[in-house]
Amino acid sequence: MSKKVSQEQYEKTFSYKFRQWLDGTKDPFLDTLEMKRQEEFHEDEEVSRQHDEDIRQHVQHAYDLEHNAEVKIFRKIYKVFCVLFCVFLVAMLLEAVSELPTFGEPDNPVNNEVSERYIEKGLQETGAVNIVTGMILDYRAFDTLGESHVLFIATCTVLILLRVDKKGSRDLSETDDRSHEPKNDVILQTVARLLVPPIFLFGIYIILAGHLGPGGGFSGGAVIGAGLILYLNAFGFAMTERFFTAKTYRIMSFGALACYSIAKSYSFYTGANHIESVIPLGEPGAILSSGLILLLNICVGIVVAGTMYTFYVMFRKGGY
Amino acid sequence: MTIFTCILLGFLVVCAVAASLSKNLLNTILIFMSYSLVMSIIWILLESPDLAITEAAVGAGVTTVLFVVTLKKIHAVIKSDDGMKTEERKGENE
Repeated sequence: MSKKVSQEQYEKTFSYKFRQWLDGTKDPFLDTLEMKRQEEFHEDEEVSRQHDEDIRQHVQHAYDLEHNAEVKIFRKIYKVFCVLFCVFLVAMLLEAVSELPTFGEPDNPVNNEVSERYIEKGLQETGAVNIVTGMILDYRAFDTLGESHVLFIATCTVLILLRVDKKGSRDLSETDDRSHEPKNDVILQTVARLLVPPIFLFGIYIILAGHLGPGGGFSGGAVIGAGLILYLNAFGFAMTERFFTAKTYRIMSFGALACYSIAKSYSFYTGANHIESVIPLGEPGAILSSGLILLLNICVGIVVAGTMYTFYVMFRKGGY
Repeated sequence: MTIFTCILLGFLVVCAVAASLSKNLLNTILIFMSYSLVMSIIWILLESPDLAITEAAVGAGVTTVLFVVTLKKIHAVIKSDDGMKTEERKGENE
């Protein structure tokens, strides 16, 4: 049996207040804080004049080269110490470089048992013909996961920073690029029409063939992002917002990061031991091979491409 | 091949010094872009094509675009009234 509560009683409960706070219909500071009305600032002429005079006298006193011996000596010593410090830094760095082992020698410290193992068993254990990708997305997948999150957090920060800038203080045509639309630059549009499809294709190729040859999610994503920026510059926001908005970016980034985390968390949970993977490695050299690496490459590529484009849009328009 | 590498490395040093000494911010960005481009060729010579692709896309492409956009945002490069030419605002960005 549920008890029916009256409206007045219900309005006193925590859940009602919480819901109001969630909706935004209730100001949480109303009736709880003592508010004091702010008065408009009036500049006192006498005080401000006195203030300016003080500053001027202080500056005159501090930079009085003829009487202030301290400044005089400091100015001379400062230059000498600058040069000395630079020489010291250069000498130290050169000394450190000269201590380094010769580039490419077989018995360098980097050629230890770790890299030996990667080179010998990398193909067998990860199934990736490109050893670099095998290392990045299989042995060291945890680092790459962190990198993807860093990119995502960086975008969020840029979003927060650039959205504070409210209009009013600046001319709208400077902050909002939409006022320059529709774009009609014939040269740029023709070049973009020819170049953008190959750029996208090349980026997708780099992402998909990351485990077969040079490339991978990050570089392919950067290529696609650059192509998106070129397309945006040529045709304007009205064209790109048909397929790419803030919502698209949110869904894509979140989906890709969640997919990456879920796919890799299993192996992290079992102690990052990749030798017994659930997914068959497949035949080395085929597109559908090397277990999770293809999927992870696609995820990283999506995040990077979206991030590059979003950075540009945020700088350009100050908002989506 | 060694001569080619040496030329590229020399160009790299020249670019680095020129980028830091240039008074014009737009020139600095363009010099920095050429630095990234040469760097990506050097990555190929050092047999790491993965890095070369990334350097060409990020260093020469996206970073340059973002820098130029930032310059425009902080009014270091302003548009003149006819909307076609850009000119440097003198004495404000030094």
